[in-house]
Amino acid sequence: MRYLPLSDADRSEMLRVVGASSVDALFRDVPQEARLNGPINGLPMHASEMAVERHMTALSRKNMVAGDVPFFLGCGAYRHHIPASVDHIIQRGEYLTSYTPYQPEIAQGTLQMLFEFQTQVARLLGCDVANASMYDGSTAMWEAIVMGHRITRRNKTIISSGVHPHYVSVAKTMAKFTEDNLQTSLPKLTAKTDADEIIAAIDGETSAVVVQYPDILGRIIDLTPVAEAAHAAGALLIAVVTEPVALGLIRSPGEMGADIVVGEGQSIGVGLQFGGPYVGLFATREKYVRQMPGRLAGETVDAEGKRGFVLTLSTREQHIRREKATSNICTNSGLCALAFSVHMTLLGEKGLRQLASLNHARAYEAAERLSALPGIDVVNDSFFNEFTLRLPIEARPAVHELVKRGVLGGVSLGRLYPGVEALENGLVVAVTETASDDDIAALESALKEVCA
Amino acid sequence: MTVNPSGWRPSAPANEQGEAQTVTGNRALMLEEPLLFEIGTTEQTGVDFADAPKRATRLGNLERSRPINLPGLSEPEAVRHYTRLSRQNYAIDLGLFPLGSCTMKHNPRLNEKMARLPGFADVHPLQPQETVQGALQVINELAFWLIDLTGMHGVAMSPKAGAHGELCGLLCIRAALEARGDKRQVVLVPESAHGTNPATAAFAGYRVENIPANPAGRVDLEALKARLGPDVAAVMITNPNTCGLFEPDMKAISDAVHAAGAFVYCDGANFNAIVGKVRPGDLGIDAMHINLHKTFSTPHGGGGPGSGPVVVSEALAPYGPLPFAARFPDGSFKMVEEEHAGEEHPQTFGRMVAFHGQMGMFTRALTYILSHGADGLKQVAEDAVLNANYILRSLQDVLDAPFAKGGPCMHEAIFSDRGFEGGLSTIDLAKALIDEGFHPMTMYFPLVVHGAMLIEPTETESKASLDQFIMAVRSIADRAKAGDQSLKAAPIYAPRRRLDETLAARKPVLTYREPDTAEAAE
Repeated sequence: MRYLPLSDADRSEMLRVVGASSVDALFRDVPQEARLNGPINGLPMHASEMAVERHMTALSRKNMVAGDVPFFLGCGAYRHHIPASVDHIIQRGEYLTSYTPYQPEIAQGTLQMLFEFQTQVARLLGCDVANASMYDGSTAMWEAIVMGHRITRRNKTIISSGVHPHYVSVAKTMAKFTEDNLQTSLPKLTAKTDADEIIAAIDGETSAVVVQYPDILGRIIDLTPVAEAAHAAGALLIAVVTEPVALGLIRSPGEMGADIVVGEGQSIGVGLQFGGPYVGLFATREKYVRQMPGRLAGETVDAEGKRGFVLTLSTREQHIRREKATSNICTNSGLCALAFSVHMTLLGEKGLRQLASLNHARAYEAAERLSALPGIDVVNDSFFNEFTLRLPIEARPAVHELVKRGVLGGVSLGRLYPGVEALENGLVVAVTETASDDDIAALESALKEVCA
Repeated sequence: MTVNPSGWRPSAPANEQGEAQTVTGNRALMLEEPLLFEIGTTEQTGVDFADAPKRATRLGNLERSRPINLPGLSEPEAVRHYTRLSRQNYAIDLGLFPLGSCTMKHNPRLNEKMARLPGFADVHPLQPQETVQGALQVINELAFWLIDLTGMHGVAMSPKAGAHGELCGLLCIRAALEARGDKRQVVLVPESAHGTNPATAAFAGYRVENIPANPAGRVDLEALKARLGPDVAAVMITNPNTCGLFEPDMKAISDAVHAAGAFVYCDGANFNAIVGKVRPGDLGIDAMHINLHKTFSTPHGGGGPGSGPVVVSEALAPYGPLPFAARFPDGSFKMVEEEHAGEEHPQTFGRMVAFHGQMGMFTRALTYILSHGADGLKQVAEDAVLNANYILRSLQDVLDAPFAKGGPCMHEAIFSDRGFEGGLSTIDLAKALIDEGFHPMTMYFPLVVHGAMLIEPTETESKASLDQFIMAVRSIADRAKAGDQSLKAAPIYAPRRRLDETLAARKPVLTYREPDTAEAAE
C-alpha cells in the first residue's frame, strides 16, 4: 500500500525489538470478543490512484458545476473569482501539513499569518481585535450570543428576522439546551426591515440584539440607531456579515457601533465547496477580548529580543480551562483563514473596493433588467450584490424550471422558509463579478419564460 | 500545549554562539519576513479589475467614507511573502511530527486533487437537489463506510471538527434523555481527557465531574461504578485513552453506565489505533466522533479545518441533527432538511451548522478510505501501533515510561520527565528536539503523568525515520538526566529562540498598529 513505508522485513525486525510475537500480540488489551476478525464488511481491498480517481471523478460529474452555467446563488455562500496564487499558497506543505502552532519557534509562518489575518479581519469589520477563526458564520454567531451573555449576565437575545434562517436554527438548537431566551421572527417581503420592531423590543432584560448586514433578503440598513438603542438599555449589538466583500463599499458594522461582529469569510478566498469548510470571522472591542472564544495569535519577543508570535490568552481556552473555558472550540479553520488572508492581500484596499464596486454594478444592472420583466419586481430599496425578487408565481418550482433551462437562478425563499406562504414568491438573486452580460441575459430570458 | 510551564523568561539579548551577524538579518535559506502591514500599501494590488461603470448606487447611503487601511501586494510580492513565511513552519511534509493525540500522518495529495474537482469544489450548498446528486452520494458513501468501520447504527455528518462532534453527541444524549422526561445534570469525564470533553459538556449545559484513573492508567471502574446514579447523563471516555492505552474494561464500563440509565460517549480522537481492528459499536458505545483530519488524513492545515462526524447507536440515532443525506428507493439522494424532518426524522435535536458540514473533507476522507481499502486500513492501525511500541521499547531505558511494565501501548507512547536533573523539564527536551529537526511530542498532557511526553509516530513513518528520532531523543534524554543546562537555550537553530509567552499574555498585542498610532495609544 503506497502510503505505508514499513516493509515486512521492517515489521519483523521491529517486532523483535518490541519483544512481541506478532502485531496481534500488541492488541492484547483488546478483549477477544471486541476484535474484528477478518476483513471489514463489504469494503474492497486497496485501490490505485487511477482507480480511485475514476470513481471520484464519476461522482463529481453528477453535479452541476456553478462555473459551467449562468449562476446566481448566494444566501450565505458566494461565488467570486479566486486568484490562482491563493490555491498555490495554501497547498504548500508547510501550511497544509502543519498543525495548531503549539511550538511557536517552528510555527512562525502560521502564527504571523494568523496575526495578519486577525488584523485584516478587525479592520474590515471595523473592530479592535479579531480571533484566529471559527468554524463558520453560523457557529460564530452562536458563540457571539453566548459571549454576550457572559458580558451582560442577561440571557435574552433578540434576533432580527433578517438573519440567515440556518444561523437562527443553529442558535435555536443550542438555546434549547442552555435555556437561553431567543426572540425570533420571520422576515416580510418588504423593502423595510424590522429595525423599528427590534428597537422597540429591547428592554432591561436584553443581552444582545443580532442583526445581519446585508440581511438575508439583501437589504442594508444603518445599524447606528439599533446600536444606540441597545447600548441605552445596557445591551450589545451583534452584527452578522455573510458577504464580507460588501464591506469594501459600505460602512463596517463596527463603525456603526456593533460590539461583536461575526461573519462568514467564505466569499474571500474560499470556494463554494457545497457548504464547507468555510471560515468564521469573529471580532470585537478590545475590552471584551478576554471573553472571546477561539485562538488568538499575539506578538512577543524571543530570547534574542527578536519579534515573534505565539498563541496567547490561552487561559480562556479548553485545553487550559477545561469546563470553565469560553468555548469548546479547538481545531478551527486555519487553512481557510490563510486562503482569506492571501486573497485579501492580493486585493488590498484598492482591489477590494474595485471588486465591491464591480459586484454592486453587476447587481444593479441585473436588478434593473429583471424588474423590467412583466410581473416581477425588486423588493429591496437597498442592496449590495444580492436582492430579492417578487415573482408572479411561486419561486421554488420556478428555480427547478430554471435548472431545466440550464440556469442556476437564485435561492427561493420557499427553500429557506418552507411553508411560509407570504414568502413563497420570493427569489433571492446574487450577482457577483463572475456573472457576465450573457449570464444576466440568460437569467432574464429564462425567468421571463418561466413566469409567463 | 501548556503556556510556559517551566516559568522560563528570556534573559537579555544574547549571542553566545558568537556567530557572525548579517546586514539583512537573513541567514542563507532562513529569511526574515516583515509583516504585510510593513511592506504593503493600500494602493498596491495583485488583481486586475475592469473599472465598474460609473452610475447610481442603491447602497442605502451607507457608502464607506473612511479608509479601511488594508494593504495589498502585487502577485510576486504576495507569493514571496507567504512562501517566505511558510518556510518558518515545521510540517509533516518535512519530517516526523509526533504530536500525541493529533495523528499527524502523511496527507496524500490525491485527496487534494479530488477535493478540487470542479464538481465538488464549485458547487453551491443551496443548489437544487437534482443538481447535486454526486455530492449527496459522496456524503452517503462516506457515511456508509464510517458506520461500517465502527459497527454503529447511524452517523451525523455535519459537525465541523472533533469538539463540535462531541457537542453533537452530547446533544443527542440530552435529547434522548429529555424525550423520556429525564433531567440528568452530570457528565463524568476522566482526568486524562482532552480539555474539549469537559468544555463541551459545560457548553451543552452539563455539570462536569472527574473520574479518577487507576495506577495502570485506565479508568477506575470501581470508582466509576460508585459514582453512577440517577443524576449522571453520560460518561465521556477516550478509547484508546490519552495515555495511549486501550481501556480493556470498556464493555464493562458501558454495561454499568447503561444499567444506571446513562449513555457512553467515546472521544474518537484516537480511532487510528483500532480502525479495521475493533468496532466501537461492539463495545457498547452510544456516540463517538471521528476526526476525519486525524484517522482519515484530511490535512490539519495549521489548525483546521477539521471535520467531526459522529457515529451513534440505535438508541441515539433518532435524535441526530439536521440536515442529512439519505438514499431513496429509486436510487436518488436527498438532503433531509427541516422541511421534511416531520416525516423523516421527527425527534431531531435540530441544526448545528448552516449548510451540510465539511464537504471538502468528505471528498478527501472518502478518497482515503477507498485508496486504503479493507486491507490497507487494518494495516494502518497495525503499523501505527507497531511504530508506537517500537518507540516505547527503544526509549524506555532512557526515559521513564510509567505504563510500559503493564504491557504494550496502542498508537502512542507516553513518558514522564522523572529523572531529569538541574531543574530541566519536558519543555527543555522538546525544544532540543527542534534543533535536531523534529517537531516535539505533545508536552504536559495528559495531566495524569508528570511532565508528560506523548509520542504518536503514526503509520506513515519509515523505520529509518523512527530510528533517527529515537537516536535524537536518547541523546537529549541523557543530557537532561545529567542536568545539562545548555538545553535551556534550545532551540538555537530555529527561526526564533524561545518566545516569551508571559509577555504576550500580560500585554496582548493581537493586531498590528502603525507605529505612530501604537505610540499614541500608549
